[in-house]
Amino acid sequence: MPAYQRYFGWVAGVLQGDFGYSFSGRAASGVDRSRAVVDLIGPRLNNTLFLASMTALIAVPLSLFLGITTALYRNSVYDRVVNAVTLTTIATPEFFVAYILILFLASLYQVFPSLANIDASMTMGEKIYKSALPSMTLTLVIVAHMMRMTRAAIINLLASPYIEMARLKGVTSTRVILYHALPNAWAPISTVIAFNLAYLVVGVVVVEVVFVYPGVGQLMVDAVRTRDIPVVQACALFFAGTYIMLNLIADIIGIITNPRLLHPR
Amino acid sequence: MSDPETYSAAGEVGQVRLRRTRMQRIWIDLKNAPPTALFGMTVIVIYAFTGIFAPWLAPHGQAEIFSQPYAPWGGEFLLGTDQIGRDIFSRLIYGARNTIGIALATTLISFVIGGGFGLMAAITQNWIDQVLSRFVDVLMAIPSLIFALMLLSIFGSNAWSLIFIIAVLDSTRVFRLTRAVSLNVVVMDYVEAAKLRGEKLGWIMRREILPNILPPLVAEFGLRFSFVFLSIAALSFLGVGIQPPTADWGSMVRENASLIQFAKYDLKGAMTPLVPAAAIALLTIAVNFVVDWFLHKTSGLKDEH
Repeated sequence: MPAYQRYFGWVAGVLQGDFGYSFSGRAASGVDRSRAVVDLIGPRLNNTLFLASMTALIAVPLSLFLGITTALYRNSVYDRVVNAVTLTTIATPEFFVAYILILFLASLYQVFPSLANIDASMTMGEKIYKSALPSMTLTLVIVAHMMRMTRAAIINLLASPYIEMARLKGVTSTRVILYHALPNAWAPISTVIAFNLAYLVVGVVVVEVVFVYPGVGQLMVDAVRTRDIPVVQACALFFAGTYIMLNLIADIIGIITNPRLLHPR
Repeated sequence: MSDPETYSAAGEVGQVRLRRTRMQRIWIDLKNAPPTALFGMTVIVIYAFTGIFAPWLAPHGQAEIFSQPYAPWGGEFLLGTDQIGRDIFSRLIYGARNTIGIALATTLISFVIGGGFGLMAAITQNWIDQVLSRFVDVLMAIPSLIFALMLLSIFGSNAWSLIFIIAVLDSTRVFRLTRAVSLNVVVMDYVEAAKLRGEKLGWIMRREILPNILPPLVAEFGLRFSFVFLSIAALSFLGVGIQPPTADWGSMVRENASLIQFAKYDLKGAMTPLVPAAAIALLTIAVNFVVDWFLHKTSGLKDEH
């Protein structure tokens, strides 16, 4: 069949939840032990979403807090220390952060396990304990990005004339932040959050491989290594779809909080 | 000093202004550079030196196998040997050449592609611009690591396809930046004059616009280089990038990662996978420092505090 027909066949299959069969397990003897891609991805999808949402629950409030406080006390010692630390985390590869955490928290002092081999039969607490290190690694990387962007957005806002007017009126600084700056900051902050959650979805790939976490990322890397195209296609569809959805949500939130964007100039 | 008998104020004012040579100006800039930038430049120079002279600096070959796998630090093997008995220290030195060389080649290609098309789109501003911009939008809608993984599974993991895939994916950002900055220059009168003079597209790109948008592009080159470097390291770490036996820092981390479990018994040995990872981190930090300084200098911004 020509390529375009196969492509539309694939798209039609995907719309009905049929991602085809994995290449692995197809023996030359004629016995076909290959598994459906849906069966491979299904359980791992839950694991990946579990890790991502656990990280997001910690990372988003933490980075908003750090971003707002560093913007308020900018150029203080606190601001400089947080800035230096986040700059270093941004510039280092994820696996470096991961292995340093393993060295200190799993190897030298055995606080957390270094293998995050969770499965469906475990209780919630057990799962959280096992995936503590991967989620910590992701948190460190994400918080650095998100906090810097939040800080930049808030500082940008604090420089606008209406904030200065509020200050001159004698409004307390907490009130300035919460009632004057924050409503206008929601749009940039939500963009930052969505952007970083999208980044999180991608960062998951490397971290899953480091901690042997049974997620979609690891499946995808294994499939790339063995050139198992149907699996790669389905994983890529999942990652790209999530990424695009999150970016779309960010745009929508931006429009809701700032209706001026509805009317192009 | 001038002779006080024959000194005249008018003479001093009328003196031809001394022009500093390029070297002198660079030297003055370097003297005024902040310590972070100097640190960054020192690191980059050391890495470049190690990369260029790798075969003379390394005590052993990069794929030379010795009889003792997982040898401890010290003795004949400064940083021990890896799982099949290759000298880690030599591989680290060769890794500087391979990893940085590949990242540099990738960044250069992505600038040639992205910069060339970006300039072309900005100058022509017709259907070529539309087609290129929409195409870039499509490429940027998908996270680049995922896209790279997908393309690598199609074309197979080898150094050449790695270089071209990352270069093409990365050129989208270069395209956006080049197009954005050159749009401001394209409307200048001298570009109009060059067009009326009948200069060809290539001339306008190279001689009229490129010199005026160079500073942001150079800074972007540094940033792009560290991004490319990190993504190649990540792909090699995942085992789909630079293939063995070529020494490469990303795959070295992966190959020796299991040693980290024995940190309680041999702390030095457990540090082995961290050394190449730290080498990657140090270079990206250094590049970022230098880029920060360069951006600050060329944009003419003063500190807010």
